[in-house]
Amino acid sequence: MCDPQIYLHETASQTAGPYVHIGLVPSDTGIEIYTHELGRDIAGPNAGGERIRVEGRLIDGNGAALKDGLIEVWQANAGGIYAHPESNGEVEEDFRGWGRVIADFDSGEWSFETVKPGAVPGRSGAVQAPHISLWIVARGINIGLNTRLYFDDEGAANDADPVLGRVDPPHRRDTLIANRDGSGRIPVYRFDIRLQGDGETVFFDI
Amino acid sequence: MKTPAEYYMRDRQLHPPAYAPGYKTSVPRSPRQALISLENTVSEITGPRFGHSDIALGDNDLLMNYAATGESAIGERIILHGRVLDQDAKPVSNTLVEVWQANAGGRYRHKMDNYLAPMDPNFGGCGRTLTDDDGYYFFRTVKPGAYPWPNQVNNWRPAHVHFSVFGSAFAQRLITQCYFEGDPLIPICPIVQTIPDTAAIDRLVARLDMKGTIPFDAVAYRFNIVLRGRRSTLFENRLEGN
Repeated sequence: MCDPQIYLHETASQTAGPYVHIGLVPSDTGIEIYTHELGRDIAGPNAGGERIRVEGRLIDGNGAALKDGLIEVWQANAGGIYAHPESNGEVEEDFRGWGRVIADFDSGEWSFETVKPGAVPGRSGAVQAPHISLWIVARGINIGLNTRLYFDDEGAANDADPVLGRVDPPHRRDTLIANRDGSGRIPVYRFDIRLQGDGETVFFDI
Repeated sequence: MKTPAEYYMRDRQLHPPAYAPGYKTSVPRSPRQALISLENTVSEITGPRFGHSDIALGDNDLLMNYAATGESAIGERIILHGRVLDQDAKPVSNTLVEVWQANAGGRYRHKMDNYLAPMDPNFGGCGRTLTDDDGYYFFRTVKPGAYPWPNQVNNWRPAHVHFSVFGSAFAQRLITQCYFEGDPLIPICPIVQTIPDTAAIDRLVARLDMKGTIPFDAVAYRFNIVLRGRRSTLFENRLEGN
């Protein structure tokens, strides 16, 4: 094989550009090629737990909503298990834990429905508060932005969360916490993501 | 509790910075605060997995996957192929690779693209495939054309194919663009030039591959992709073999 001292360089990122929809959600731009478009179902009907809706906008440094952004979602099931062999157990057959959504071409609003994730293990025996990992790409974004969504009705767990604990100054943690509105058909968590400027969302180098 | 085996720290000197003012849209869309470094947890070392039930045979054939019966896309017929490896040169098998591109004239099938070059009725512009056990993938397509874009008044994108690759972990997720050997638009493209490292740019250039070329059918280009590699499993800060 190769010399273990020699490492390859990671391929460099480039922007997804304004036409990312063609490749990743083609039917949203009228291209009907795939019989099964990926990323539509994060948690199928058999997935246990509380059904929730998450919605928001991507907002640029001028306060304008992005109308060409794409977000990928990665989360554990209600029991805190990821659909992956290196997680701590098995998930329901139709729980995928992954999805992709796009901003509306006119309003910039995006949303997805899923189940609220459970707490997952952290490092060195710690516990992480329930959260959803998000990855954001768009025209003008040269390398995908990683962030996390936490829930405002998980106050004690959030206070103990080791990742939120790394965010300094502490008031920036608020940018990662979605606000629950229980008045509708199902609970809605609002999560606006500000790319730049006042109230800039915390982004991670994961 | 076992600490997860971490992915190698991303070398951000080889990637474009968020703020790259030559590419104007990056100016209002780049964070001003520093990224907060996060040691990998189970949330980052896991990621979605895909199987053959997710995609259909022929999804990787852009010459035909949008074409009417008996027709095919117009343009220079090419095979675009290569391997997905990690930084330790291990193949990344069974991973999803998705591509999208303009047609031979540089026109995208997207309602926001109003470039005057015509649409090709037999070309959609997207494809996807899973890598095999050796990390190998291939697509059949037409070589895309260059196209103008509103940045400076006379900027043209080099011919390129957008690539999206997953790997095994959310930490490996990558979107990039593949360019073509010898294209003189590469060194003057503001998006290419967001990458500060010339060797890193060179690695985005697919090479003409005569050995992969099919005589009287399609020219081949070779494009390998490298995703982040991974440490050995750590247990209480001690290395636990490999």
